[in-house]
Amino acid sequence: MLILECPYCGVKAEETELSPGYEAHLKRFGPGSSPEEFEAYMFARKNPKGVHFERWRHTYGCGKWFLAARCTATLEVFGTYPAQVSEPPADIIAKILARRPDWKPE
Amino acid sequence: MKRYSVFAIAREAARYHMGWERAWASPEPKPAYEVIIVGAGGHGLATAYYLGKNFGITNVAVVEKGWLGGGNTGRNTTIIRSNYLQDSSAAIYEKARSLYETLSQELNYNVMFSPRGVMMLAQTHHEVRGYLRTAHANALQGVATEFITPQRVKELCPILNIDGPRYPVLGALWQPRGGTGRHDAVAWGYARACSAMGMHIIQNCEVKGVRSENGQVTGVDTTKGFIGCKKLGLVVAGHSGQLAEMAGFRLPIEAVALQALVSEPIKPCMDVVVMANTVHGYMSQSDKGEMVIGGGTDGFNNYTQRGSFHHIEETLRALVETFPIISRLKMLRQWGGIVDMTGDRSPLISKTPLGNCFINCGWGTGGFKAIPGSGWAMAELMAKGEPGPLAAEFNMWRFKEGRFIDESVAAGVAH
Repeated sequence: MLILECPYCGVKAEETELSPGYEAHLKRFGPGSSPEEFEAYMFARKNPKGVHFERWRHTYGCGKWFLAARCTATLEVFGTYPAQVSEPPADIIAKILARRPDWKPE
Repeated sequence: MKRYSVFAIAREAARYHMGWERAWASPEPKPAYEVIIVGAGGHGLATAYYLGKNFGITNVAVVEKGWLGGGNTGRNTTIIRSNYLQDSSAAIYEKARSLYETLSQELNYNVMFSPRGVMMLAQTHHEVRGYLRTAHANALQGVATEFITPQRVKELCPILNIDGPRYPVLGALWQPRGGTGRHDAVAWGYARACSAMGMHIIQNCEVKGVRSENGQVTGVDTTKGFIGCKKLGLVVAGHSGQLAEMAGFRLPIEAVALQALVSEPIKPCMDVVVMANTVHGYMSQSDKGEMVIGGGTDGFNNYTQRGSFHHIEETLRALVETFPIISRLKMLRQWGGIVDMTGDRSPLISKTPLGNCFINCGWGTGGFKAIPGSGWAMAELMAKGEPGPLAAEFNMWRFKEGRFIDESVAAGVAH
């Protein structure tokens, strides 16, 4: 069972308390953007087998959206962080590199 | 290849069954082939088979990182149906279902197609309206379905509780020629037929990279070395994203886990397939007597072939409500597969940004039923370089152009 710590309320929440929100840090494209950019924003996904940054909502807790770094091949959780950032914070990157030295941040 | 027949059984019975041949050969790879298919699951093998049968292309290798049929082909709940709302979906799924009708005879391999009937319960007024619409659409598409009353539901499946308590059965969409098949046998039968045509099925051979020159594919790097090809077909379901990355493009796909489970075997008690989409569970009884059970996908990106326990609990809760007699059944086995979900829950059978590289993926939670039709359409696409009528709508550029084949809205659930 997947357990993520909510970065807002500090609760170690298991999966049934949470709602998944898929890939995080998507760059948004709206009116005025090219069809390719809009398609990439709407549909094209990294879907990596390995380190994945994703959105979660602490639905049956504080109700807030947060972000998590997780390995999709092993279900290992590297850390969670508040959603008000446009890229993963340095301490999360460091935690991932400590566990996955071959991984390259974008 | 020696044909299987009643005479073959008699002949072998008389000599201690020492004369049976291997069903397919295990050759070492040649330096190059005309066509390489990545993925020896049902869809990949069916693609190879129809390349040979319909287009006479037999210089084909099917490479597989694990063992043949060991991915989602061996992990699904074997339901075959074609009662889809959208025309392009109904066309390809009905093609597949109709090919299943005679597949055992065609392959000389018993795939145990059992058209026992598939029933999709309507348990809300919204679902009643939705299925009435689907039944009308199916009538126009030439797919034999009908909307039946709760009394008829009870007649067809007496163990069903149609009176609630939460969601009484208000009717059902009934496809009498839907049913089940033997999933492993579908892969094995296609593999045997491909091998008999001289194609190479290379197991334990993982693709590590895709090579190209001037935007045209030239071959693949594998754990057994480089293998050249003129045309490449990527038919790998859950791992399509990885293969696409090797080939240099990105897909509208996310990989999630889908679980299934079977109970201990019991005496025959239901001879139809029942899907209850409001409470979200589906069940049929295998020939061995096990109740074969499936439900919804897990909610997050996952490549582990393991799912979350609470999804099993949700599925069983739904089915105990629908079938009270199963409440004390013990569950024997549970497993997961990695399904490739597209943005509109319809598959991709498509050319790609890389020349002579084709992709067949995105079947999500419902790929088994489509295997023959998918292989048929993919073979046509690969042989001609352009999609035929079955595959045309399923190209990967539909997401840019907004021409979705939106079965997620049509079904209301994963399907």
